[in-house]
Amino acid sequence: MMMGKKFIAVTAALTLTTVGLAGCSKSTSSEGGSGDTIKVGTNLELTGAVAAFGQSQLNGINLAVEEINKAGGINGKKLEVISADNASKKEESTRTATKLITQDKVDVLLGAAISGDTFAAVEVANNKKVPMLTPSATNDSITFDAKKSKLNEYVFRACFIDSFQGKVMADFSAKNLKAKNAVVYIDNSSDYSKGLAKSFTSTFTAGGGKVVAEESYQTKDTDFKAVLTRIKTLNPEVIFVPGYYEEVGKIIKQAREMGIKVPMMGGDGWDAPELAQIAGAENLNNTFISNHYSSEDKDPKVVKFIDNFKSKYNSVPDAMAVLGYDGMYMMADAIKRAGSTDKEKIKDALANTKDFEGVTGKIALDKNHDPVKAAVVLEYKDGKQTFNTKVQP
Amino acid sequence: MTFDYIVQQLINGISIGSIYALIALGYTMVYGIIKLINFAHGDVFFVGAYTGYFAAKAGLGLILSLVLAMVVCGVLGVIIERLAYKPLRNAARIVILITAIGVSFLLENLGITFLGPQAQGFPEIVKKTDFTLFGGVVIDSIQIIVLVVTVILMAVLQYIVHRTKIGKAMRAVSYDMEAARLMGINVDSTISATFAIGSALAGAAGVVFAVMYPSVDPLMGIIPGLKAFIAAVLGGIGIIPGALVGGLLLGVVETGVQSIPGMSLWRDGVAFGILILILIFKPTGLFGKNVREKV
Repeated sequence: MMMGKKFIAVTAALTLTTVGLAGCSKSTSSEGGSGDTIKVGTNLELTGAVAAFGQSQLNGINLAVEEINKAGGINGKKLEVISADNASKKEESTRTATKLITQDKVDVLLGAAISGDTFAAVEVANNKKVPMLTPSATNDSITFDAKKSKLNEYVFRACFIDSFQGKVMADFSAKNLKAKNAVVYIDNSSDYSKGLAKSFTSTFTAGGGKVVAEESYQTKDTDFKAVLTRIKTLNPEVIFVPGYYEEVGKIIKQAREMGIKVPMMGGDGWDAPELAQIAGAENLNNTFISNHYSSEDKDPKVVKFIDNFKSKYNSVPDAMAVLGYDGMYMMADAIKRAGSTDKEKIKDALANTKDFEGVTGKIALDKNHDPVKAAVVLEYKDGKQTFNTKVQP
Repeated sequence: MTFDYIVQQLINGISIGSIYALIALGYTMVYGIIKLINFAHGDVFFVGAYTGYFAAKAGLGLILSLVLAMVVCGVLGVIIERLAYKPLRNAARIVILITAIGVSFLLENLGITFLGPQAQGFPEIVKKTDFTLFGGVVIDSIQIIVLVVTVILMAVLQYIVHRTKIGKAMRAVSYDMEAARLMGINVDSTISATFAIGSALAGAAGVVFAVMYPSVDPLMGIIPGLKAFIAAVLGGIGIIPGALVGGLLLGVVETGVQSIPGMSLWRDGVAFGILILILIFKPTGLFGKNVREKV
C-alpha cells in the first residue's frame, strides 16, 4: 500500500516535471524561430581542472557582448549568450556542443578554452555545420587535420598555434638565455602540452641545442619529486614545462625547494593568478612564458580594454579573458559581414577575416583558419608577469 | 646512479607513501569493523583539507588546524553514517557500497557549489627547513612531520582498537554484529565511533597533504583516495599495520619506477602490476591471514 502511494506520487512528480520541461523547451525554440536575437553558445570549462580559464574567458565574452549590444547589436539584432559547462572533460565537451546545437539551437559556437576539450567538439560543429570559434585552443590540428590533410571547414580560432608558441620559446632559450641543453617535462594527458613540446624540441635541436631528457607526468599528479630528482642530476640549462597552471605550480615549487635554480619556461597554460599562489611568488622568479598579450602593453586599445574589464570585474584580465573578448568580436565582425545568420555565410565570412583589429593585435586568418599574429614573452618577477620581448611571426 | 641518488629517491618514496598510509588507515579501519569500503573517505579527506585551509587562513598553527580538521571530519563522518548508511544496516552490501559512491559525489559537488571549482593555494603554516644528510641527500621538515604524524596516529589507532573498551566493542561488532548486540553492546554507537575515528584520520591526512602539496580543491581527494584504497588492499584490508606497510610500499615502488630514465609514465602501470601479482599469490594482502582476526 505504502509502495503504491509512493509510486503514484513519484509518477505524478515526474509527469509534472516533464510537462514543465516540455513547456520550457517549447518557449525557447519559438523564441529562436522568431529570430530577434543571435544566439551565441559558449562551450567552456566553468568547473574542473582548468576552470580558471573557462571562467575568465566567459567574462571576456560577456564584456564583448555587453558592448556590442549597447552599440545596437549586429544588423539590428542583439546577441544572446547561452553558456554551458563542459567540466574540463573531453567527453562532456562533445555532449555540451551537441546540446547547444540541437536543443538550444545556437547560431554560432564559441569555445572550448583548451585544446583537448575543443578537439572533442570539432566533429560536432563540422557535422552539424555550425561555425565554431575557439578563442584559445592552440593545438595545430584543431583547424587543419594533418592526418587526413583536411581542413575542418567550420572551425576557427582567435589565437596563435602551438608550433609557433614552441618555436618562440625554443628561440628565446637559445638566443636570450644562451642555453645549449634543455629538459622537456610534458603533461602526457594533454594534446596541448605534447604539441608545444614537439615544436620546441625540433626548433631547439635545429638551432644546435640538445634536449637531454624528455619526461612526462599526468594531469592531477601532485608529487613530482622522483622525476625532478633525476632531472637535477642531468644539470640542464633550461627546463621546458608546457603544462597547465595547477600541476606546473607544484612542479616549480618542488623543483625550487630541491635546489633546481635554472630558468623554467612554459606557454600560455601557465597564465592564471592561481599559479603564483600554488608555486609561491619567490619560486616563480627566473621563469618565462609565451603569451597572447601583456597587461603592461601601452597600446590604447589594450589600455581601454583593461579599464573596461577592471570596472566590470574588478580584476586585471588574463590572456584567456582577452582572447574570449577578441574571439567574440571576431565572430561578431564575421556575422556583420555575412549580413545574416546563415551559417554557411558566417563561415565564409570568418574564413575571409583580414586586418581584424583585436586587443591581442592585428589578426588575419591563413588558409588553415589560423591567425597570423605576434606573441609576447613574459617573465615572472615576485609573482607578477613582466613584459620581456615581443616576437613577430 | 649513485648511492646518494638512490637514498634521495627512497626518501621521496617514503614521503609519498606515508601520505597514502595515513589515508589508508581510515579506509582499513572502517572496512575492518563493518566490511564497508567507504568510497566517501577521499571526500572527507578534502573536507579536512579545506578545514585546515580556513583554519590556517584564520591564523591557527599546524597542530590546531590538524585537531580542528579531525573534529570537523569526525562529526561529518558520524552524520554521513547516521543519514546514509544506518538506514541500510540490513541491506545487501552492494547497496551500501553504491550509497557510499553516491555520498562521495554529493560531497564533491557540494564542494564545487559552495567552495568553487578552482584550486586555492594553501597558506604556509609550517616553516620548511631542509636538512642535508650526506652527499646531496636532502630531507625537509614537512616530510619528517608527515611520517611522524602517520606513525603516531597508527600507534594510537592500534591502541584504541586493542587496548580500550570501545576497541573491544569494535572487535566484537566486527566478529559478529548480532551476537555483539545480544551481549549488550550498543552496536549503533560503536559503529558511529568507528566512523568518527576513521573520518578524523581522513581529516588529519587532508591537512597534512595540503601542507605538503600546497593547494586545495574539491576534487583533490579522488586520486589520493584511490591510491590509499590500493595501499590498504596491498597491506591486507582491515589490518591496521598493513595500511602503513602497503602505503609505504606503494610510494616507494611508484618513486622507484619514475626514477629510472624514460619510465616516468610507467608509474601506475608497474604499481598496479605489483598489486595484481600480490593479490594472485596472497589474495588477502601482505598481512592478511586466511583465518583473520578482524582488526
